[in-house]
Amino acid sequence: MELVCPAGSLPALKAAVDNGADAVYIGFKDDTNARHFAGLNFNDRKAKSALEYVRANNVKLFVAINTYPQPHSWSRWQAAVDQAADLQADALIIADLGVLDYARERYPSLNLHLSVQGSATNIEALAFYKNNFGIKRAVLPRVLSLAQVKQVAASSPVDLEVFGFGSLCIMAEGRCHLSSYVTPESPNTCGACSPASAVRWSETDKGRESRLNNVLIDRFREGENAGYPTLCKGRFQVEGQTYHALEEPTSLNTLQLIPQLDDIGIKAIKIEGRQRSPAYVEQVVRVWREALDSYKKIGSNFVTRGEWLDALANVSEGSQTTLGAYSRPWQ
Amino acid sequence: MKLSLGPVLYYWPQRQVADFYDQAVSSSVDIIYLGEAVCSKRQELRTPDWLELAAELSEAGKAVVLSTLSLIEARSELSLLRKICDNSGCLIEANDMAAVNILAEKKLPFVTGSSINIYNAYSLKRLYSSGCQRWVMPVELNRTTLKNILIDAEKLGFADKIETEVFSYGRLPLAYSARCFTARAKNLPKDDCQLRCLEYPDGIPLDTQENQSLFTINGIQTQSGYIYNLRDEYSTMAEIGVDVMRISPTSTDTFEVIEQFNQVIQEGGGASQMIASDIKNDEFCNGYWYGRPGMETT
Repeated sequence: MELVCPAGSLPALKAAVDNGADAVYIGFKDDTNARHFAGLNFNDRKAKSALEYVRANNVKLFVAINTYPQPHSWSRWQAAVDQAADLQADALIIADLGVLDYARERYPSLNLHLSVQGSATNIEALAFYKNNFGIKRAVLPRVLSLAQVKQVAASSPVDLEVFGFGSLCIMAEGRCHLSSYVTPESPNTCGACSPASAVRWSETDKGRESRLNNVLIDRFREGENAGYPTLCKGRFQVEGQTYHALEEPTSLNTLQLIPQLDDIGIKAIKIEGRQRSPAYVEQVVRVWREALDSYKKIGSNFVTRGEWLDALANVSEGSQTTLGAYSRPWQ
Repeated sequence: MKLSLGPVLYYWPQRQVADFYDQAVSSSVDIIYLGEAVCSKRQELRTPDWLELAAELSEAGKAVVLSTLSLIEARSELSLLRKICDNSGCLIEANDMAAVNILAEKKLPFVTGSSINIYNAYSLKRLYSSGCQRWVMPVELNRTTLKNILIDAEKLGFADKIETEVFSYGRLPLAYSARCFTARAKNLPKDDCQLRCLEYPDGIPLDTQENQSLFTINGIQTQSGYIYNLRDEYSTMAEIGVDVMRISPTSTDTFEVIEQFNQVIQEGGGASQMIASDIKNDEFCNGYWYGRPGMETT
């Protein structure tokens, strides 16, 4: 399986390549990609340097253009596709039907991957994108159990990539509006969820409070680990109980599923985290490279090593990891 | 301007559904969407029951559309979807690209629901070419974007061949998950959920620790806590070129709301009074329409 790694900067890209990525995915410096954060991503010059570095190391470069353009900003997405084509990226990761259409018509030889933001969870949806835009690969949303991934993979018309590690979206990607309900930004329109600009921390006599656009997301007692206020990971009141009503602060980790994922024909594993530091990328890519190499060598005798799990837990949200939707009890 | 009644997004007992559509027949809505759009385990009515109901409503003069699941994960859900697309004889609301693909291959016309991502006229045109004859705008878009999409659609030469519908009243469908949050609230595994959604005809309120209404839990769907209300935006919608205003059912006052919307439309946007005396104004929101966070009121 191909190891597809995130890079939000040139140092992160180098860390990914140096530690064993088969492919690195990047975004341009605007809202055309789903990690549109200040100080992140690649301008034209940096993108060219990125390309030189991956080419010199025989690694692939993918460009994510995976948010949804609106009429007033359509030209920016068009320009992003032109720029990625000009760069001769190995694949473009796209979600929007209009952008897919443009890329297909304008650059018929480009490899197109359907972004997870395209939200295709079944073979009929995948067939639509294959038939209409000739996509070569799709990234599956994190809503399927392992058994369901297996069913999709068994008759998928395109290659499949799944998430292996990183922040866990618990809603079907591309169809979650929680962020724009509370703040001015959403993943689909701005490439940002629970944006940092809307976050406010305060110390009160009830504890440390985190807010998004003034809405209370969580309240922490002294000594409690106060995580970033992602909307779906706050503590709320439901029928008189206060708890993580949607999800706890946790990261996805599927290291232990490597043999099963390979068995069912998954072609690539995606590591989440273009917004994370080069140190995160280095740590996670190194562990996954070792694990995939170990699996390649010993096959069904593969076991996850304690040191791998420790290393990944260190860079996980809330220092805990989960199999997420892959595991039926989680659902 | 036509009025539509969206599919019931909650899980109601069979009797309640029957009573609801008895009332719907004599209401002012022109279009009725029905069927299960949220969870395949909800089977108080099965597909043949929905089809029978559809036939009755159609007979009574309503335009009927059969809504389909928004999140399709299991093979059984896909088989059911294929069956509905094959045999219904009804116009279908596609809420996942799976339905779009099936219907496009059969060259059958369809409506796209708000969970199909159409953020620009190029996307809309692609779906129009596949058979889409009416689209429901994604809920997070605003009036300016909508206006510009329709202007672009005109430039692309298909604006007059497709209808535009706006989710105009009800709790907004905001997200779908593999996880069932109702089962989680009840400390039950999803596979043994005991169909507890039946106990919550309007979902379960989720509030912040300061008792501010935030979301509504509805099985695998997360909705807004506040009720989105665009009744007073009728004139703007008519001007922009919206063809249908959708009212999403709640268990208590849907028909009162329909009549008030109807009144506003009949009077050309003049009437403006509070809807449903038991709902306070501060439980409404309209932020999305104005390009603001959805939960705000402008």
